[in-house]
Amino acid sequence: MSDLTRTVTVDRARLVAYAEASGDQNPIHQDADVAREVGLPDVIAHGMWTMGAALEAVTDYVGGDPGRILSCQTRFTGMVVVPEGETVEVQVTGVVKKVDEAAGTQTLELTATCQGEKVLGRCQAVVRLPGATA
Amino acid sequence: MPVNPDYAGREYPPAGPFEVTREQLTAFADAVGATGAAHRDPEVARAMGHADVVAPPTFAVRLAQQCEAQLVQDPDAGIDFSRVVHGQEGFVHHRPIVAGDSLTGTLHVDTMREAGGHGMVATRVELTDADGAAVTTVTSTIVVRGEG
Repeated sequence: MSDLTRTVTVDRARLVAYAEASGDQNPIHQDADVAREVGLPDVIAHGMWTMGAALEAVTDYVGGDPGRILSCQTRFTGMVVVPEGETVEVQVTGVVKKVDEAAGTQTLELTATCQGEKVLGRCQAVVRLPGATA
Repeated sequence: MPVNPDYAGREYPPAGPFEVTREQLTAFADAVGATGAAHRDPEVARAMGHADVVAPPTFAVRLAQQCEAQLVQDPDAGIDFSRVVHGQEGFVHHRPIVAGDSLTGTLHVDTMREAGGHGMVATRVELTDADGAAVTTVTSTIVVRGEG
Protein backbone atom coordinates (compact mmCIF):
# COMPACT_ATOMS: atom_id res chain seq x y z
CA MET A 1 0.00 0.00 0.00
CA SER A 2 1.15 3.49 -0.78
CA ASP A 3 1.53 6.13 1.87
CA LEU A 4 -0.78 9.10 2.21
CA THR A 5 1.69 11.86 1.37
CA ARG A 6 1.45 13.71 -1.91
CA THR A 7 1.39 17.11 -3.56
CA VAL A 8 -1.57 17.96 -5.77
CA THR A 9 -1.69 20.97 -8.06
CA VAL A 10 -4.44 23.24 -9.30
CA ASP A 11 -4.71 26.00 -11.86
CA ARG A 12 -7.57 27.95 -13.42
CA ALA A 13 -8.11 25.38 -16.17
CA ARG A 14 -8.54 22.65 -13.58
CA LEU A 15 -11.15 24.71 -11.73
CA VAL A 16 -13.10 25.13 -14.98
CA ALA A 17 -12.91 21.36 -15.51
CA TYR A 18 -14.06 20.74 -11.94
CA ALA A 19 -16.93 23.23 -12.29
CA GLU A 20 -18.07 21.38 -15.39
CA ALA A 21 -17.68 17.91 -13.88
CA SER A 22 -19.32 18.76 -10.55
CA GLY A 23 -21.95 21.21 -11.77
CA ASP A 24 -20.72 23.83 -9.26
CA GLN A 25 -20.54 26.91 -11.46
CA ASN A 26 -20.23 29.45 -8.64
CA PRO A 27 -18.26 32.26 -10.37
CA ILE A 28 -15.98 32.85 -7.35
CA HIS A 29 -14.12 29.74 -8.56
CA GLN A 30 -13.56 31.13 -12.07
CA ASP A 31 -13.92 34.92 -12.18
CA ALA A 32 -11.51 37.11 -10.19
CA ASP A 33 -13.77 40.17 -10.44
CA VAL A 34 -16.68 38.32 -8.87
CA ALA A 35 -14.41 36.83 -6.21
CA ARG A 36 -13.09 40.28 -5.22
CA GLU A 37 -16.59 41.76 -5.18
CA VAL A 38 -17.52 39.36 -2.37
CA GLY A 39 -14.34 40.10 -0.45
CA LEU A 40 -12.05 37.26 -1.55
CA PRO A 41 -8.41 37.95 -2.50
CA ASP A 42 -8.76 36.24 -5.91
CA VAL A 43 -10.35 33.16 -7.45
CA ILE A 44 -10.41 30.30 -4.92
CA ALA A 45 -10.62 26.58 -5.54
CA HIS A 46 -13.86 24.77 -4.76
CA GLY A 47 -13.48 23.28 -1.28
CA MET A 48 -14.90 20.13 -2.80
CA TRP A 49 -12.12 20.10 -5.39
CA THR A 50 -9.57 20.11 -2.59
CA MET A 51 -11.41 17.35 -0.73
CA GLY A 52 -11.68 15.23 -3.88
CA ALA A 53 -8.03 15.73 -4.78
CA ALA A 54 -6.86 14.89 -1.24
CA LEU A 55 -8.94 11.72 -1.12
CA GLU A 56 -7.15 10.33 -4.16
CA ALA A 57 -4.40 9.51 -1.66
CA VAL A 58 -6.92 7.31 0.14
CA THR A 59 -8.05 5.55 -3.04
CA ASP A 60 -4.40 4.76 -3.73
CA TYR A 61 -3.93 3.59 -0.14
CA VAL A 62 -6.67 0.98 -0.51
CA GLY A 63 -5.25 -0.38 -3.75
CA GLY A 64 -7.23 1.69 -6.25
CA ASP A 65 -10.69 0.35 -5.38
CA PRO A 66 -12.93 3.33 -4.47
CA GLY A 67 -15.49 0.84 -3.14
CA ARG A 68 -13.21 0.34 -0.12
CA ILE A 69 -13.86 3.92 1.06
CA LEU A 70 -16.85 3.52 3.37
CA SER A 71 -17.13 7.13 4.43
CA CYS A 72 -15.24 10.41 4.28
CA GLN A 73 -15.74 13.86 5.71
CA THR A 74 -13.93 17.14 6.17
CA ARG A 75 -14.09 20.65 7.52
CA PHE A 76 -13.03 23.48 5.25
CA THR A 77 -10.62 25.57 7.26
CA GLY A 78 -8.88 27.72 4.67
CA MET A 79 -8.86 28.87 1.07
CA VAL A 80 -6.78 27.70 -1.86
CA VAL A 81 -6.20 30.93 -3.79
CA VAL A 82 -5.56 30.34 -7.49
CA PRO A 83 -4.12 33.41 -9.30
CA GLU A 84 -4.33 33.62 -13.09
CA GLY A 85 -1.43 31.90 -14.84
CA GLU A 86 -0.17 30.13 -11.71
CA THR A 87 -0.08 26.51 -10.65
CA VAL A 88 -0.75 26.22 -6.94
CA GLU A 89 0.42 23.30 -4.81
CA VAL A 90 -1.57 21.65 -2.02
CA GLN A 91 0.35 19.34 0.32
CA VAL A 92 -1.53 16.29 1.58
CA THR A 93 -0.34 14.12 4.46
CA GLY A 94 -2.13 11.43 6.38
CA VAL A 95 -1.93 9.02 9.27
CA VAL A 96 -3.76 5.90 10.38
CA LYS A 97 -5.81 7.17 13.29
CA LYS A 98 -7.57 3.98 14.33
CA VAL A 99 -7.58 0.29 13.43
CA ASP A 100 -10.67 -1.85 13.97
CA GLU A 101 -9.43 -5.41 13.56
CA ALA A 102 -12.86 -6.99 14.02
CA ALA A 103 -14.48 -4.85 11.34
CA GLY A 104 -11.43 -4.94 9.07
CA THR A 105 -11.44 -1.17 8.83
CA GLN A 106 -9.06 1.71 9.39
CA THR A 107 -9.81 5.36 10.08
CA LEU A 108 -7.39 7.63 8.22
CA GLU A 109 -6.89 11.30 8.97
CA LEU A 110 -5.62 13.61 6.27
CA THR A 111 -4.27 17.13 6.48
CA ALA A 112 -4.12 19.44 3.48
CA THR A 113 -2.16 22.68 3.53
CA CYS A 114 -1.64 25.44 0.98
CA GLN A 115 0.92 28.25 1.42
CA GLY A 116 1.37 27.05 5.00
CA GLU A 117 -2.33 27.33 5.87
CA LYS A 118 -4.42 24.30 6.73
CA VAL A 119 -7.23 24.12 4.15
CA LEU A 120 -8.84 20.84 5.23
CA GLY A 121 -9.31 20.01 8.90
CA ARG A 122 -10.52 16.81 10.52
CA CYS A 123 -10.50 15.20 7.09
CA GLN A 124 -11.16 11.55 7.82
CA ALA A 125 -11.94 8.47 5.80
CA VAL A 126 -12.99 5.03 7.00
CA VAL A 127 -11.68 2.32 4.70
CA ARG A 128 -11.97 -1.43 4.42
CA LEU A 129 -8.59 -2.94 3.77
CA PRO A 130 -7.86 -5.37 0.95
CA GLY A 131 -8.18 -8.89 2.34
CA ALA A 132 -10.78 -7.90 4.92
CA THR A 133 -14.22 -9.39 4.37
CA ALA A 134 -17.38 -7.31 4.47
CA MET B 1 -31.48 38.87 5.76
CA PRO B 2 -31.29 36.00 8.25
CA VAL B 3 -31.89 32.40 7.26
CA ASN B 4 -35.45 31.25 7.83
CA PRO B 5 -35.53 28.95 10.87
CA ASP B 6 -38.93 27.60 9.82
CA TYR B 7 -37.11 25.46 7.26
CA ALA B 8 -35.41 23.35 9.94
CA GLY B 9 -36.66 19.78 9.83
CA ARG B 10 -38.09 20.12 6.34
CA GLU B 11 -37.95 17.16 3.96
CA TYR B 12 -38.32 17.69 0.21
CA PRO B 13 -39.92 15.38 -2.33
CA PRO B 14 -37.40 13.11 -4.09
CA ALA B 15 -35.39 14.83 -6.86
CA GLY B 16 -34.15 13.09 -9.97
CA PRO B 17 -33.70 10.47 -11.16
CA PHE B 18 -30.09 11.26 -11.96
CA GLU B 19 -28.60 8.92 -14.55
CA VAL B 20 -24.91 8.24 -13.79
CA THR B 21 -22.76 7.75 -16.88
CA ARG B 22 -19.19 6.58 -17.46
CA GLU B 23 -18.45 9.94 -19.04
CA GLN B 24 -19.55 11.81 -15.89
CA LEU B 25 -17.41 9.60 -13.67
CA THR B 26 -14.34 9.90 -15.86
CA ALA B 27 -14.70 13.68 -16.19
CA PHE B 28 -15.03 14.03 -12.42
CA ALA B 29 -12.03 11.75 -11.84
CA ASP B 30 -9.96 13.77 -14.33
CA ALA B 31 -10.90 17.04 -12.61
CA VAL B 32 -9.82 15.92 -9.12
CA GLY B 33 -6.75 14.10 -10.38
CA ALA B 34 -8.08 10.61 -9.62
CA THR B 35 -6.00 8.53 -12.00
CA GLY B 36 -7.21 5.00 -11.17
CA ALA B 37 -8.44 2.58 -13.82
CA ALA B 38 -11.52 1.75 -11.68
CA HIS B 39 -12.96 5.15 -12.72
CA ARG B 40 -12.40 4.43 -16.41
CA ASP B 41 -12.11 0.75 -17.35
CA PRO B 42 -15.20 -1.44 -16.83
CA GLU B 43 -13.04 -4.60 -16.89
CA VAL B 44 -10.88 -3.34 -14.01
CA ALA B 45 -13.99 -2.29 -12.08
CA ARG B 46 -15.63 -5.69 -12.62
CA ALA B 47 -12.49 -7.47 -11.42
CA MET B 48 -12.95 -5.51 -8.16
CA GLY B 49 -16.53 -6.78 -7.93
CA HIS B 50 -18.35 -3.71 -9.25
CA ALA B 51 -21.03 -3.70 -11.95
CA ASP B 52 -19.33 -0.95 -13.97
CA VAL B 53 -16.83 1.89 -13.57
CA VAL B 54 -16.88 3.33 -10.03
CA ALA B 55 -17.32 6.92 -8.87
CA PRO B 56 -14.58 8.77 -6.97
CA PRO B 57 -15.53 9.10 -3.29
CA THR B 58 -16.80 12.69 -3.58
CA PHE B 59 -18.65 12.36 -6.91
CA ALA B 60 -22.02 12.27 -5.12
CA VAL B 61 -21.65 16.00 -4.47
CA ARG B 62 -22.64 16.54 -8.10
CA LEU B 63 -26.02 14.97 -7.39
CA ALA B 64 -26.40 16.31 -3.85
CA GLN B 65 -25.91 19.93 -4.90
CA GLN B 66 -28.70 19.57 -7.46
CA CYS B 67 -30.96 18.47 -4.60
CA GLU B 68 -29.70 21.24 -2.28
CA ALA B 69 -30.60 23.83 -4.93
CA GLN B 70 -34.25 23.37 -3.94
CA LEU B 71 -33.38 25.02 -0.63
CA VAL B 72 -30.52 27.34 -1.56
CA GLN B 73 -32.39 28.92 -4.50
CA ASP B 74 -35.65 29.35 -2.58
CA PRO B 75 -35.93 33.11 -1.88
CA ASP B 76 -38.00 32.46 1.26
CA ALA B 77 -35.15 30.42 2.78
CA GLY B 78 -33.07 33.60 3.14
CA ILE B 79 -29.77 32.10 1.97
CA ASP B 80 -27.70 34.84 0.28
CA PHE B 81 -25.46 32.65 -1.86
CA SER B 82 -22.88 35.41 -2.33
CA ARG B 83 -22.21 35.22 1.44
CA VAL B 84 -22.07 31.43 1.70
CA VAL B 85 -18.95 29.70 3.02
CA HIS B 86 -18.75 25.93 2.86
CA GLY B 87 -18.17 24.60 6.37
CA GLN B 88 -18.22 20.81 6.25
CA GLU B 89 -19.00 17.97 3.89
CA GLY B 90 -19.38 14.27 4.51
CA PHE B 91 -20.23 11.11 2.59
CA VAL B 92 -21.36 7.74 3.89
CA HIS B 93 -21.21 5.17 1.11
CA HIS B 94 -23.75 2.42 1.69
CA ARG B 95 -22.45 1.05 -1.59
CA PRO B 96 -20.27 2.62 -4.29
CA ILE B 97 -21.91 4.61 -7.09
CA VAL B 98 -21.32 2.97 -10.49
CA ALA B 99 -22.04 3.94 -14.08
CA GLY B 100 -25.57 2.94 -15.04
CA ASP B 101 -27.02 3.88 -11.66
CA SER B 102 -30.28 5.79 -11.70
CA LEU B 103 -30.30 7.68 -8.39
CA THR B 104 -32.92 9.73 -6.62
CA GLY B 105 -32.06 12.26 -3.91
CA THR B 106 -34.17 13.28 -0.94
CA LEU B 107 -33.11 16.55 0.71
CA HIS B 108 -33.48 17.04 4.45
CA VAL B 109 -32.82 20.31 6.27
CA ASP B 110 -31.29 19.13 9.54
CA THR B 111 -30.29 22.56 10.95
CA MET B 112 -31.27 26.07 9.95
CA ARG B 113 -30.70 28.85 12.45
CA GLU B 114 -28.85 32.06 13.22
CA ALA B 115 -25.84 31.79 15.52
CA GLY B 116 -23.43 34.57 16.40
CA GLY B 117 -24.69 36.77 13.60
CA HIS B 118 -24.23 34.07 10.94
CA GLY B 119 -26.67 31.64 9.38
CA MET B 120 -25.96 27.96 9.97
CA VAL B 121 -27.50 25.51 7.51
CA ALA B 122 -26.92 21.76 7.66
CA THR B 123 -28.46 19.59 4.97
CA ARG B 124 -28.54 15.87 4.27
CA VAL B 125 -29.26 14.23 0.95
CA GLU B 126 -30.17 10.55 0.93
CA LEU B 127 -29.38 9.04 -2.46
CA THR B 128 -31.20 5.83 -3.32
CA ASP B 129 -31.08 3.60 -6.37
CA ALA B 130 -33.86 2.49 -8.70
CA ASP B 131 -34.75 -0.32 -6.26
CA GLY B 132 -35.06 2.17 -3.40
CA ALA B 133 -31.89 0.90 -1.68
CA ALA B 134 -29.66 3.40 0.12
CA VAL B 135 -26.53 4.32 -1.89
CA THR B 136 -24.95 7.45 -0.38
CA THR B 137 -25.75 9.87 2.43
CA VAL B 138 -24.29 13.32 1.74
CA THR B 139 -24.14 15.85 4.58
CA SER B 140 -23.22 19.48 4.05
CA THR B 141 -22.90 22.45 6.35
CA ILE B 142 -22.80 26.00 5.03
CA VAL B 143 -22.37 29.27 6.86
CA VAL B 144 -24.07 32.39 5.57
CA ARG B 145 -21.83 35.22 6.74
CA GLY B 146 -23.60 38.05 8.53
CA GLU B 147 -23.66 41.59 7.22
CA GLY B 148 -21.33 43.11 9.76
